[in-house]
Amino acid sequence: MDTLALQLLNGLDKGGAYALIALGLTLIFGTLGVVNFAHGALFMLGAFCAVTVQKLLTISVKVKDESITFFEAYKEVPYLETWFGETGTIIIDYSVPISILLAIPIMLIIGLVMERGLIQRFYKRTHAEQILVTFGLAIVIQELVKANFGANPIPTPAPDVVAGSANIGAWLGLGNTVVYPWWRLIYLAFAAVVIAGVFSFLQFTTFGMVVRAGMQDRETVGLLGIDIQRRFSIVFGLAAVVAGLAGVMYTPILPPDYHMGMDFLVLSFVVVVVGGMGSLGGAVAAGFLLGILQSFASMNEVKSILPGIDQIIIYLVAVVILLVRPRGLLGRKGVMEN
Amino acid sequence: MMSKITPQNDNVMMGLFALAILTMPIWLMPIGASYPDLMQKFAIFGIFAIGFNILFGLTGYLSFGHAAFLGVGSYTAVWSFKLLSMNVVPAVIFAVLVAGAFSFLIGFISLRRSGIYFSILTLAFAQMSYNLAYSVLTPITNGETGLQLAKSDPRIVDAMFVEVGAGIPSTNFFGIAMSGYSGFYFCAVLLIIGFYLSLRITRSPFGMMLKAIKSNQNRMSYTGLNTRPYALTAFVISGMYAGLAGSLLAVTDPLAGAERMQWTASGEVVLMTILGGVGTLLGPMLGAVIIKYFENIFSAFNESTLNNIFAFLPDGLQDVVVSVVGLFVGEGWHLTLGLLFMVIVIYLPGGLVEGAQRIRAYVLKKREKKSATSHQPQIAE
Repeated sequence: MDTLALQLLNGLDKGGAYALIALGLTLIFGTLGVVNFAHGALFMLGAFCAVTVQKLLTISVKVKDESITFFEAYKEVPYLETWFGETGTIIIDYSVPISILLAIPIMLIIGLVMERGLIQRFYKRTHAEQILVTFGLAIVIQELVKANFGANPIPTPAPDVVAGSANIGAWLGLGNTVVYPWWRLIYLAFAAVVIAGVFSFLQFTTFGMVVRAGMQDRETVGLLGIDIQRRFSIVFGLAAVVAGLAGVMYTPILPPDYHMGMDFLVLSFVVVVVGGMGSLGGAVAAGFLLGILQSFASMNEVKSILPGIDQIIIYLVAVVILLVRPRGLLGRKGVMEN
Repeated sequence: MMSKITPQNDNVMMGLFALAILTMPIWLMPIGASYPDLMQKFAIFGIFAIGFNILFGLTGYLSFGHAAFLGVGSYTAVWSFKLLSMNVVPAVIFAVLVAGAFSFLIGFISLRRSGIYFSILTLAFAQMSYNLAYSVLTPITNGETGLQLAKSDPRIVDAMFVEVGAGIPSTNFFGIAMSGYSGFYFCAVLLIIGFYLSLRITRSPFGMMLKAIKSNQNRMSYTGLNTRPYALTAFVISGMYAGLAGSLLAVTDPLAGAERMQWTASGEVVLMTILGGVGTLLGPMLGAVIIKYFENIFSAFNESTLNNIFAFLPDGLQDVVVSVVGLFVGEGWHLTLGLLFMVIVIYLPGGLVEGAQRIRAYVLKKREKKSATSHQPQIAE
């Protein structure tokens, strides 16, 4: 029971990341009709926003170490600490939450530049060519990050306050065995908030209404005198922000390295396909579903019956879904059903 | 150039191709690429790309999982070395057959969908095989270490005929060791055969059918034709080419690792095909050679060689130039590859062969115009 609860949390956590990336992918596909293989790279760029912020905050100066008196010793002290003392230490401690503020404008700009600079040339080209050019772009982004930050994972810890684990079992009266890291709980809540935010933005604002109308029938919306293209470009920026935020928040869970984007991309695509191409709800539902399935499959009890199932369960589900119900779990009829 | 498609022109092209491949050691000398290791790679990845082109170029189905077949081919070949004989013939034959069977299985399922769904299905299968090769199938694949030969391997057939030597025996073709130039010529002969087959397939009624699937599959279905068996045949054929390429990798270096099956490896063969020209006969071979050549050249550069090259520049400028160029070479070779990929897809989706055709058409047009203008006055009179 306890292990089940833990695995459920694990799955929801992983599912949160899948859902956030898949949501962006689906938004882009639903509005612009573009298959974006560089979306994983955006996720990775978000993570590296957090790394950059951490690096900036901890730019250090050499000062004399007073505690050592035998010889001249120097230690590195971040400027922030020399300027602000305790406050500086706290700011450094909170580098990951702070980088969220920075990541939003940066990812928005990156998204808009990418859409205007490259993606807009590919609206009319085949899906194969879209896949290929964004695949190339993903390689380029990845290699640039590698050249700047090196190939090794860079640890970016969460703030000390939430570094420990929460005793969830005690809250629910299950005993003291269900213990889960705070940050992962925060990630889950964060994913839920972002997803809810995107949905309410699309559902309750005029902008969102126009975008939804455009997804249904682009031409008619255009005939009504609305510049739908401009709005779709902004949606691309929005999708980039969502992916970037997912990346920022994921850094304390998984120290970012340059190929984390690719690893998540393949899975996110599978998620999109399982959920239904162009269905936002489907992407989110499938993200959580596959996350949970994957973490259940990695339990020892399951693995002892079906060895290796944890490695392939997601792909297996995708294959079955595609063959049985090609439009995906919640896909609309007629969208990419061929 | 090949202006018209006639059997004579095809034969001429075939002859020139064979000649060019077999004389590679001579004409690659000036650009420093005439050593066997590199030329083996040219031939092997040429086979891989030519086979991939039979699927992607003719039917338009973009597979992102062909590296899986390459990997399967490698594993099969190494197992054949371990269990049967160090002779390369059974290894190659088994690898092609196993890769064919494997691709039949995957193609049978994947081809029920087309377009992007097909790409994702093949990607899913390839990732699945890759993950399995690393985890559960470790007894067969030897996981991260990679499958290697050992002295204690049974080698049943060899044990009957050949005396057991001191070290691990090397791969051979009825006694000819498959290393250096002999290895290259073995690959080259198979490449020429592979090219010939792909030429015959392209020109055959079956090839026409595949092209029809690419241009309008719906219309084909409306005429009452079931296109799936044709596409599946193409898929299996290209899977067998990949298996052949994989087995040759094992022939020239008897070691197989799972990283060969990763999806970035599938991306590489797509790039080769696109760079040369999708759907053309010579394009994929051209793309494979160019990419492997530049990979070899570019990744050999390091900072000190760059400093030597740019030593003539003033000091400050030299540092700047070296650090910028350094991004693209050595470790950063993949960056160049990614940029190349994008440039080709954006500006030249038909690849280099199309580029050459465009230049040719432009030159012809200009010449025509010139002759037209010079004749103009006479016509006017």
